Amino acid sequence: MSARITLATATRVLRQLRRDRRTIALLLVVPPALLALLDYLFEAQPQTFERVGVPLVGLFPFVTMFLVTSIAMLRERTTGTLERLMSMPLAKLDLLAGYGLAFALVAAVQAGITSAVGFGLLGIDTSGPVWAVVCLAVANAVLGMALGLFLSAFATTEFQAVQFMPAFVLPQILLCGLLVPREQMPRALELLSALLPLTYAYDALVRVAADEIGGRLWLDVAVVVGCIALALVLGATTLRRRTA
Amino acid sequence: MTPGGGRAAVVVRGLLVSRGGRPVLPDVSLEIRPGRVTGLLGPSGSGKTTLLRAIVGVQIVERGAVSVLGLPAGSPELRRRVGYVTQAPSVYGDLTVRENLRYFASVLGVPGEHVDDAVATVGLRPQLLQVVGTLSGGEQSRASLAAALLGQPELLVLDEPTVGLDPVLRRDLWSSFHELAGRGVTLLVSTHVMDEAARCDDLVLLRDGRIVASGTPQELLARSGAGDLERAFLVLAGES
Repeated sequence: MSARITLATATRVLRQLRRDRRTIALLLVVPPALLALLDYLFEAQPQTFERVGVPLVGLFPFVTMFLVTSIAMLRERTTGTLERLMSMPLAKLDLLAGYGLAFALVAAVQAGITSAVGFGLLGIDTSGPVWAVVCLAVANAVLGMALGLFLSAFATTEFQAVQFMPAFVLPQILLCGLLVPREQMPRALELLSALLPLTYAYDALVRVAADEIGGRLWLDVAVVVGCIALALVLGATTLRRRTA
Repeated sequence: MTPGGGRAAVVVRGLLVSRGGRPVLPDVSLEIRPGRVTGLLGPSGSGKTTLLRAIVGVQIVERGAVSVLGLPAGSPELRRRVGYVTQAPSVYGDLTVRENLRYFASVLGVPGEHVDDAVATVGLRPQLLQVVGTLSGGEQSRASLAAALLGQPELLVLDEPTVGLDPVLRRDLWSSFHELAGRGVTLLVSTHVMDEAARCDDLVLLRDGRIVASGTPQELLARSGAGDLERAFLVLAGES
């Protein structure tokens, strides 16, 4: 593991992103725009929007970074750049950390803008600190990145990689408690949701919104961080120096 | 110079590589001499790429020993000493030539001047600030070659590096290969173009995963009694 290579990799990933202006615009504009849409949609039920507003600010980066990373990683595999890097003195962790650093930075900007729009313009209420929402958003982005990186190894085309979003991300959003509180779910689904990392990410955001800074919040954060570590280890096993 | 002077830069012994249950290389043994340009010649599907991958150490092999610069192929120490150019572009299409090379230079931990040297060697200076995706196929493969030159490797393994290049560039690149060999670099270059074979110091003829002949172009011509290498290949391939 080398700080030089990790930083060079993060810079390289950001440079690639910078060339793709439309993707940057989409990354930064779509989440606040969707938030504004929901605000308008729930005009007659402001209490519903109040309930989902804060968690959504923190969950958007998970979805976008999952998608961006799976495609970026699939490209590294199909264009041969991954094979080149694997034949160079680069530790797998350098590559993972480089991607993580780059996308965490993008997620921080994304969450910052979404928060400014949500808490500023749309007047979403949070009893807890806004910076904590942004921090959780960044953690969720890294979780999405780690998961996307791991799962991209199982996609051979970009068509497949894109389908992993509805296959692996959407069920987590449906079951995390955002739509139906977990205790009101059928027992089987409640148990299933306890196995999904996004459930803990959502719970943490709800607790921050309610200013419940305490043991249960730290447990949620610990689970999210543990899932990031697990996904990164699994992701590292899919980076092979030798292939058939 | 490679350590050990005259010792072989690459030694392959009894190499067996299978893919999908079918042996691609059933039993290959060969030696590559240091400081020379060795051409790996054979039709497509003959196993050239698989053999090169085994030498670089990125191929899962079933049996046999591959030693490179005195170490087992794929050893971590070799990652700085062996340069490999695949047929895939292997450079980032959304970065400029310079951004690509600077990134690979920092991964290798080599100074920035190496970028200028590598770019000059492959003749890409005018395209330095161009985004790789907008370059022609030949220019992209030269950008990839430049990336392999950055670490100033002792062994350079090139998989069909001159595909899609015009004759002038091809000639220039081949003289760069010999210039590198003159500095002690060992080059292993695969090709299916017969007129490139004549530019190699040594030749290895591969067919259906088996080495049908090896030696200098002159030796192969003499052994086959043929007037040119194309016919020599046919004679030698029929012989075995």
